[in-house]
Amino acid sequence: MKVKQISVFLENKSGRLADVTRSLGINGINIRALSIADTTDFGILRLIVSKPNEANRILRDEGFMVSETEVIAVDVPDRPGGLADVLEYLGQGGINIEYLYAFVGHASQDALVIFRVEDCDGAVKALQAKGIRVLDGEAVYSL
Amino acid sequence: MIWDPKQETISGEALTTLQLSRLQNTIASVYETVPFYRALFERQGLHPSQVQSIEDLQHFPFTTKDALRDNYPFGLFARPMKDIVRVHASSGTTGKPIVAGYTSNDLAIWSELVARITTMAGVGAEDIAQVCFSYGLFTGGFGLHYGLEKVGATVVPASVGNTEKQIMLLRDFGVTVLIATPSYALYLAEVAVDMGIDPCSLPLRVGMFGSEPWTDQMRLEIEARLGLTATDNYGLTEIIGPGVAGECSARAGLHINEDHFLVEVIDPQTGHVVADGTEGELVFTTLTKEGFPVIRYRSKDISVLTRARCACGRTTARMRRVTGRTDDMLIINGVNVFPSQIESVLMEIKEVAPHYLIVVDKKKRYLDDLEVRVELNRNTFTGSFRDLEEVERKISSKLASVLTVSARVKLVEPKSLERTMGKAKRVIDRRT
Repeated sequence: MKVKQISVFLENKSGRLADVTRSLGINGINIRALSIADTTDFGILRLIVSKPNEANRILRDEGFMVSETEVIAVDVPDRPGGLADVLEYLGQGGINIEYLYAFVGHASQDALVIFRVEDCDGAVKALQAKGIRVLDGEAVYSL
Repeated sequence: MIWDPKQETISGEALTTLQLSRLQNTIASVYETVPFYRALFERQGLHPSQVQSIEDLQHFPFTTKDALRDNYPFGLFARPMKDIVRVHASSGTTGKPIVAGYTSNDLAIWSELVARITTMAGVGAEDIAQVCFSYGLFTGGFGLHYGLEKVGATVVPASVGNTEKQIMLLRDFGVTVLIATPSYALYLAEVAVDMGIDPCSLPLRVGMFGSEPWTDQMRLEIEARLGLTATDNYGLTEIIGPGVAGECSARAGLHINEDHFLVEVIDPQTGHVVADGTEGELVFTTLTKEGFPVIRYRSKDISVLTRARCACGRTTARMRRVTGRTDDMLIINGVNVFPSQIESVLMEIKEVAPHYLIVVDKKKRYLDDLEVRVELNRNTFTGSFRDLEEVERKISSKLASVLTVSARVKLVEPKSLERTMGKAKRVIDRRT
């Protein structure tokens, strides 16, 4: 039930983000979701892509500093309070969230949200117990 | 006015006689009491009895900063600790400082020498002097303090920081003499303007500046902005601190207190003594220090000596203001910083690679800004923001404790810093 996320360290200088996305593009890798966290000096780009292992290798070969992290992709009911419910279930399960970001596309009628948590398995269990759908990696990569 | 006319206007012959007898005593003393010097002399077949003239000193080996560091902390003291009443320290080339010990007699002489340079600068008992140097291991604060008291000036030991309060004191106390680094003097002027105070309206009359290199343009600027006469003085912790040399009213070089410090100028490549008027590295031998005498210490400071008669009447040799260094030492807001100190901190941190670049600039107006760019180690990248911030924080706090000045850390991508075939370019200094 876990999804591979690629994190790329980016110095805050012009063209670095374009370099990453261009490298993926010419290698036929599609970006499914992304988020950037940054300070004035550097940023971390987080990506969910169609072929994570390949993307990891390509970016490394290009000289980028890359790491792979496991995250979970959660189908959040697309209605007011949908995300609040999911967060509440995770809270009840004692799951700490490091960060989260929304998906570009839609899996269904629901909104897809990526969660980085300390305990992936625990999070999946807590959500499934409440009837929340968690997508597995293959499903996400091929969206 | 001359503080000690007998010594400061001594004839050349009398000075040589005095220097020789003091040199013989010093060489004999370190040979007897400091194992490092005895071993050093014996290795070269030298004995104190071979010092029959001042020139004989040229047969003796130099003492380098490395030797001082290797004998950290008290290994080169020539007196037992019960006779040492104070220590000061300056930065070494790595994490450990160079420690200087003073007997009470050393402190008395130090005050005398600072009284001399204070009088040279035109400062006396009528003056109120604010010392904007840190009071601590650094020799600047305490060194100037006691010399100023000696001439009878009213001393305001303001130390460093809290610039607005410093300006309040300057104004409210009617301070006439400012003791600071030249860059801090300019910063004070800027902050005063921000506070709505015209710096020229302050009663400041004389500035005694030191502990960092400055240019003639900077001197003119300080004088124009603060409405004072800016004088230079020179010293180094390894020798005594401030009080080695100072500028008189003629402002044509700094008079060296030669009866206490024997000065030589050498070609830094060959180590040979060069003639007066030739540029080279200053080498000092202490002649009266009891606690921490130093023989032929290579200062790494570049200057030129002249023995031409000065208009002020003093007969001592003068050194041109120091214009450069023979090593890579940086002076950041008056504090000595070596790239090797920064490197030693970075080497201990596994999340970064041993590739770094030091960028020095004047950012906050006239104050120096130190930035350390360091490449991340790709093998320890976790993708976590928190981990990177933690690395930054860890490096900053280690640098601050080793350097005693703050540095901004900038993490950069692996292999992003320029690689050179030869000696790596580690420093970009944009201040000049």
